[in-house]
Amino acid sequence: MFNRDSWKEIFETIQKNKLRTFLSGFTVALGILIFVVLYGFGNGLINTFNEFFEDDATNTFFVFPGRTSKPYKGYKSNRQIEFDNSDLADIEESFPLFVEYISPRVDRSGMVKYKNESNNYTTRGVSESYQFAEKTIIMKGRYLNQEDIENKVKYAVIGRLVEKDLFKNENAIGKYIDVTGSAFKVIGVFQDDAGDDEERRIYIPYTTRQLIEKNTDKINQIVIGFKPEIGYSGAMAFEKKLGDFLRDKKFIAPDDQRGFFIRNVADQLKQNQQFAGVLQIIVGFVAFGTIIAGIIGISNIMVFVVKERTKEIGIRKALGATPRSVIGTILLESVFITTVSGVVGMVIGVAMLSSLGDTLEDYFITNPFINTGTAVFATLVLIFFGGLAGYIPARRAARIKPIVALRDE
Amino acid sequence: MIEIKDLHKSYKMGSNSLHVLKGINFKVEEGELVAIMGSSGSGKSTLLNILGMLDELDQGTYTLDGVPIKNLSETKAAQYRNKFLGFIFQSFNLINYKSAAENVALPLYYQKVPRKERQEKALKYLERVGLKPWADHLPSELSGGQKQRVAIARAMAAEPKVLLADEPTGALDSKTSYEVMDLIQKINDDGNTILVVTHEEDIAHMCKRIVHLKDGIIVEDKKVEQVRAAQYV
Repeated sequence: MFNRDSWKEIFETIQKNKLRTFLSGFTVALGILIFVVLYGFGNGLINTFNEFFEDDATNTFFVFPGRTSKPYKGYKSNRQIEFDNSDLADIEESFPLFVEYISPRVDRSGMVKYKNESNNYTTRGVSESYQFAEKTIIMKGRYLNQEDIENKVKYAVIGRLVEKDLFKNENAIGKYIDVTGSAFKVIGVFQDDAGDDEERRIYIPYTTRQLIEKNTDKINQIVIGFKPEIGYSGAMAFEKKLGDFLRDKKFIAPDDQRGFFIRNVADQLKQNQQFAGVLQIIVGFVAFGTIIAGIIGISNIMVFVVKERTKEIGIRKALGATPRSVIGTILLESVFITTVSGVVGMVIGVAMLSSLGDTLEDYFITNPFINTGTAVFATLVLIFFGGLAGYIPARRAARIKPIVALRDE
Repeated sequence: MIEIKDLHKSYKMGSNSLHVLKGINFKVEEGELVAIMGSSGSGKSTLLNILGMLDELDQGTYTLDGVPIKNLSETKAAQYRNKFLGFIFQSFNLINYKSAAENVALPLYYQKVPRKERQEKALKYLERVGLKPWADHLPSELSGGQKQRVAIARAMAAEPKVLLADEPTGALDSKTSYEVMDLIQKINDDGNTILVVTHEEDIAHMCKRIVHLKDGIIVEDKKVEQVRAAQYV
């Protein structure tokens, strides 16, 4: 079946039936091409999605103060809850098994100046561990450290775009910036995947912020990183215990949900992962449909090809072609065409995807790709079914009595 | 060479069955040139198809060169056709995308003859039918007579025991018909056994024996004085 003569026979047939060959090859190539591109786009969608949600650490709680909605233990309702430094220490002490790090967050916005340049920025008072929560990447210099917090130093870590806005091409490290009237020394520049807003922030020690504000010990929000190994259920249990603890400490009624709020990123993460999973299923479904359509396309063409060749098959059989050689020739031809055009379609698709890169980011498709395994598998599936689609009509044709086939006009 | 005894064949047409051949007894010796005659519907093509193993018989026996032809598998039938028989059809039945030489070489391909030898043989037989200069032409570039000569070369290329011609001149004008018959006579002169199905009297008389079929039985089987086609060419 694989000797030089049968190949020569096939190449001659292909060469002399260019339109037919082109049509069946085109169907296969197009099928694989669409599959690869669609699948890649699907992956691009998932990429975009992950970028949206995976910028920040996922093992984090954000605790915001609120106002009570019920009177409790002699306190009236509608009381503003405030957090202070003692809450940080208490939480860390009470939940050593859960807490990996804890940081307050004190946001103030105001005018920041360097020489003649000035702009409005959010200055965020944090502790050194806040870097983990935000997944801040230091480009140069360093982040705040524990010593900075303890000594209440006037150090600032500025975003990449702050440096660009204020310092132009100058190196900001070691320079002093004016933050609403106080001079801060820039000790680091950071970048953040979440985008421009995050990179227009300035981090300073929260203790320094408190010192500037009349040595208060109030903090706006508390960010708690829990140990990832406690898992999803651990996080949910921790969230409940933390709520009970804070309600007790702040004299809030146990059934009052409004005294403060805990935003549990783990819970969101789980939902997000479910959403990503659904996306993956949709992509898979579309890809599956494309492959099916491709298979039907080849089957149609193969049925047509065999029908068209019925008379030729009759002639060949009259001249002594065995059913085996008839099937072999048709099958080999169809597998050859599907293989070549399938590979061509796959290569074009992969090349298209990689040339697209990030150009479709506006349409929520980031870095579309298909792993080689999937592409090759899809191509093999199509080749297999292309062969099968050729085999069934070929076998029928080989069974036709030559006298019937010869009569076919 | 060919021996047929009590051959029956019927076709199912819906609920009816059409009895086409009703007991044929028939013998052909080596080197004979036999014309099978009859009006349409007489069963002559059916007989030829059975002789050519293109169709199966219902009843009776058929022996070809001492080999009983009965209940052959498709593969076996194909091998026997290739080894024993060469076909010449009314509509030539050349493969339209293959050149004359490639068409002639096709039966040799199925005999698994090496490529070079195939080409040599194909050219040799094309030369014999006077078409060597046309070896690289496609059937569409040939006239009807030329096509039939290519078909004859193809039928001979496998060096079969028997040549079966089904209305070989049916699609040709009389001048070309005589040319083709001249060729067939010459091939017969070389000792080949040939059966020609025809309904034309003059063509039949260019054979050495005429078998008349009517309504599925042989009504006449006679030797005739051969008319040489060459005198008309």
